[in-house]
Amino acid sequence: MNIIAYLFKSSLGKKYIMAVTGCCLFLFVVGHMVGNLQVFLGPEAINRYGHFLQSNPELIWPARLGLLTMVALHIWSAARLSVENRAARPVAYQTYKPMGSSYASRTMLMGGLIIATFIIYHLLHFTFQVQAINFTGQNFVDFTDAEKRHDIFKMIVTGFRNPLVSGFYLLSMSLLCLHLSHGVSSMFQSIGWKNDTYRPIIDKGACLVAGVIFLGYSSIPVAILLGFGKDVVK
Amino acid sequence: MNLTLKVWRQKNGQSAGHFDTYPARDVIEDMSFLEMLDVVNEDLIAAGKDPIAFDSDCREGICGMCSLVINGVPHGGHRGTATCQLHMRHFKDGETITIEPWRAEAFPIIKDVAVNRAAFDRIMQAGGFISVNTGGTPDGNAIPISKAVADKSMDAAACIGCGACVAACKNASAMLFVAAKVSQLNLLPQGEPEKHRRALAMVTQMDKEGFGSCTVTGSCEAVCPKEISLSFIAKLNRDYGIGALLGK
Amino acid sequence: MALESNIPSGPLAQKWDKHKFDIKLVNPANKRKFDVIVVGSGLAGASAAATLGELGYKVKCFCYQDSPRRAHSIAAQGGINAAKNYQNDGDSVHRLFYDTIKGGDFRAREANVYRLAQVSVNIIDQCVAQGVPFAREYGGLLSNRSFGGAQVSRTFYARGQTGQQLLLGAYSALCRQIGMGTVKMYPRTEMLDVVVIDGHAKGIIVRDLVSGEISSHAADAVVLATGGYGNVFFLSTNAKGCNATAIWRAYKKGAYLANPCYTQIHPTCIPVSGEHQSKLTLMSESLRNDGRVWVPKKKEDCDKAPGSIAEDDRDYYLERKYPSYGNLAPRDISSRAAKEACDQGRGVGPGKLGVYLDFADAIKRLGLNVIRERYGNLFDMYEKITGENAYQVPMRIYPAVHYTMGGTWVDYNLMSTLPGLFVLGEANFSDHGANRLGASALMQGLADGYFVLPYTIGNYFASSKQAKPSSSHAEFKRAEEEVRKFTQRLLSIKGKRTPTSLHRELGKLLWEKCGMGRNAAGLKEALKRIPELREEFWKTVNVTGEAMEFNQALEYAGRVADFMEFGELMCLDALDRNESCGGHFREEFQTPDGEAARNDEKYAYVAAWEFRGQNQAPVMHKETLEYTEVHMSTRSYK
Repeated sequence: MNIIAYLFKSSLGKKYIMAVTGCCLFLFVVGHMVGNLQVFLGPEAINRYGHFLQSNPELIWPARLGLLTMVALHIWSAARLSVENRAARPVAYQTYKPMGSSYASRTMLMGGLIIATFIIYHLLHFTFQVQAINFTGQNFVDFTDAEKRHDIFKMIVTGFRNPLVSGFYLLSMSLLCLHLSHGVSSMFQSIGWKNDTYRPIIDKGACLVAGVIFLGYSSIPVAILLGFGKDVVK
Repeated sequence: MNLTLKVWRQKNGQSAGHFDTYPARDVIEDMSFLEMLDVVNEDLIAAGKDPIAFDSDCREGICGMCSLVINGVPHGGHRGTATCQLHMRHFKDGETITIEPWRAEAFPIIKDVAVNRAAFDRIMQAGGFISVNTGGTPDGNAIPISKAVADKSMDAAACIGCGACVAACKNASAMLFVAAKVSQLNLLPQGEPEKHRRALAMVTQMDKEGFGSCTVTGSCEAVCPKEISLSFIAKLNRDYGIGALLGK
Repeated sequence: MALESNIPSGPLAQKWDKHKFDIKLVNPANKRKFDVIVVGSGLAGASAAATLGELGYKVKCFCYQDSPRRAHSIAAQGGINAAKNYQNDGDSVHRLFYDTIKGGDFRAREANVYRLAQVSVNIIDQCVAQGVPFAREYGGLLSNRSFGGAQVSRTFYARGQTGQQLLLGAYSALCRQIGMGTVKMYPRTEMLDVVVIDGHAKGIIVRDLVSGEISSHAADAVVLATGGYGNVFFLSTNAKGCNATAIWRAYKKGAYLANPCYTQIHPTCIPVSGEHQSKLTLMSESLRNDGRVWVPKKKEDCDKAPGSIAEDDRDYYLERKYPSYGNLAPRDISSRAAKEACDQGRGVGPGKLGVYLDFADAIKRLGLNVIRERYGNLFDMYEKITGENAYQVPMRIYPAVHYTMGGTWVDYNLMSTLPGLFVLGEANFSDHGANRLGASALMQGLADGYFVLPYTIGNYFASSKQAKPSSSHAEFKRAEEEVRKFTQRLLSIKGKRTPTSLHRELGKLLWEKCGMGRNAAGLKEALKRIPELREEFWKTVNVTGEAMEFNQALEYAGRVADFMEFGELMCLDALDRNESCGGHFREEFQTPDGEAARNDEKYAYVAAWEFRGQNQAPVMHKETLEYTEVHMSTRSYK
């Protein structure tokens, strides 16, 4: 068997793909969070950041395509493995008590699918700025600031002032947090960077990191719902 | 104490199965779980019924033959205990106990709760050995092996091949079994020369047998009667990955 | 037929080397023309099948378990002896040889035992190379522990799971050969007869335990490595499936059975807890390295909590009676001493059939962690079974049937009186005499399989020049038919009693009359009762199910049927041997202080029994034991 078969056909190979793509997506999630948190620095910072990204297509498009590939591979490997895993137990137990496994570890697929749905919504909401799904009646494309840049600050605040949208966002972030609490430590396991010495640190560290990410992301809609940036909207 | 057993009955691999309910009367707490089943079987024979077929042999927790899912947990869920060493003192009077076979595509049912685990043997045949013939081996002390390494290897080698890891895993994955075997040999200097080849060959066979993959839920480790560590799976992943990527 | 032990001439230490040179070899290209059947996949069977496969023979290996890895060798805990002298404490091949001969109470064949001691060193090397994770010292070298019956540290171990690790080593070698196609494995298959053509063993009849199908397998030689017959007692430390069927049916086809009365009662087992008991669990003898055996001095203390019994009121009887070996006295002696204490009414625990094995002193001396490190898994096992924590209260132990020294008679080449039928490991009688030392069973199994049979079987092929057998031979058809009839007969009775209840009754009878202590009156009683019980079996046994299906009741009933006959031969042999030696203790023959009184003048022989037909008395043949290098001393461990 050659390397392609070892990676794309075997169960372990697919776990590798899952882990490596998961790692890239995790790094993106961290980077994206840091970028987003600039909202707390005010309109100038976040709008400048947005403008910087959008005015450099040679940077942003490779990144977008890369991420898309990662997401595709992550989902592909998950789907393939899940089909194989189902086939591995054709007759279910009548009574099944999962011992020693966390809730997160058993809900990776379901959680992942909901997160994928969220990502689609999130892209339509803030990236493609489809007016029909932002439930504010306003078109985010029209938001510009004094320097004629796209007013991202206003878009975020407007978008998140809708409690339903924020609620879905918060729910998705909690699922992402659950997904990462297991996914990050599993990533180390799948790549083989774990042993009994590091295992407790990695497992606890993964939960901690997931928690920080949840706090980081959810702080934005929560703050907005509590009134942050309401002056801009008015 | 008196108990009610809800047991999976299946005539053979081809027929469909169902649950039957039997009373287990006058159970003593010093009985092992299998001794309790022996008594139930004696009653069934006396009543002219077919006794429950279940596997057991050494009945001291080392041969790995016994294989019952008891109330939804392989081997009944007591730390480091195989079914044959599970004693009735852990059950309460009046309780209903559900007994099912290991359920996995790779472990077809032979009869009732006895399954065929030949898939494990085939994985072993693919690479679970060090390629030495009898005779001509160096002195046992020729290669010093640190105590830590020998102990670690022994931790992995303690696996009894019962298949509880597969039965417990929501994906019916055999990774803990394969990892234990690969790790035992790959940790030792004697196993070093063919360590990547071993990992690749055994995982390939494992996939061929129709086991699922590892989602790192840890339920295998929790039910393992020898408490084999999940970390050995990481070791297998590492050896496999390096083998695959470096073309070893 | 006269017994030809075929011991090579020359000085003891050179016999094996000389023999290896003298025996005929099979050309490597010709080896693949020979088919070999190996029955059993324990240490002896797996190591033999693997090694024969490596040499180029075409091997078929059979076992009744679902995988060769589950054979009962796996349950051996303590260790394996080898004369490596790594500890520089005075060990040598000669000392291991002498200890084994002496431990066997001078009833083993000298030349075989010497060979065993010689190849013991190769076994360790072989196992290390296979990746057996033996215990090591911090410096990276192999660790040793001491064991009963020896004053040197020569036991190699892998925690408390040495048998498991050695078996998995042999199993891995076997797996390699199966993968390479030199060995074909038949798990869940039970041998039910040996087929003899022109006076040579030429194959076997087996039953596929899953489908029930009965089939013939022809080969140029048949190797039995089917373990001991301890389960004849119903309760023993053997696995539930262990049986005497293979050696018994071979016996009926002409392979003499030797010394069936030699059974080893292991002193450190967990006591029986009730009628439901299906088997007994052994606690490794290594526990006696640090545990102290005692019972209360006074009967009235027996029901008290052990901790409340004052030091002065305790009888550390092994230390008292055998000061130089103390708690490490050999198995037979320790077992009898425990029985004696319990017979005096000083036993402890339920039924008063138990003695204490106390670790309090060792924990004080070495600390809890050291004891946990050494015996943790055994303490855990004890707690699982009894619900008691042995770090806090002393363990309760009692002797139980553990190993059988008797078995098929074999010559120096491990061939039985049926040419072409080789018998290895516990199934043969050869190396342990009347008593086996701890950590020697693993040594013998692997010695036979790795280092003896692979040489001697070639000699048989090269010198006997037998015609190639075929399973279509009329003799195979006839044997198949007999097996089918036997199976049908079991299924057709549909009486009132279960095979278990009949087996339990037989076992109880044998344990009482032919167990730790035997006497002529009791044996005669048993000899009267066994045929009655056998008749009852064939009239009242209820075997459920059908022949052509997975039928555990049927498998078991067949084994019990053989035990019903085997038990009789065992009592007959015990009655014939008017002396006490090793595991055979005849109460009439003891010294004034209660030790075994051997009678070398009359009984320094191997009793090999020949089958003369159903319901006919077997005939005994004697192989006189001659000792050239050792003096037959009285075995004293005082």
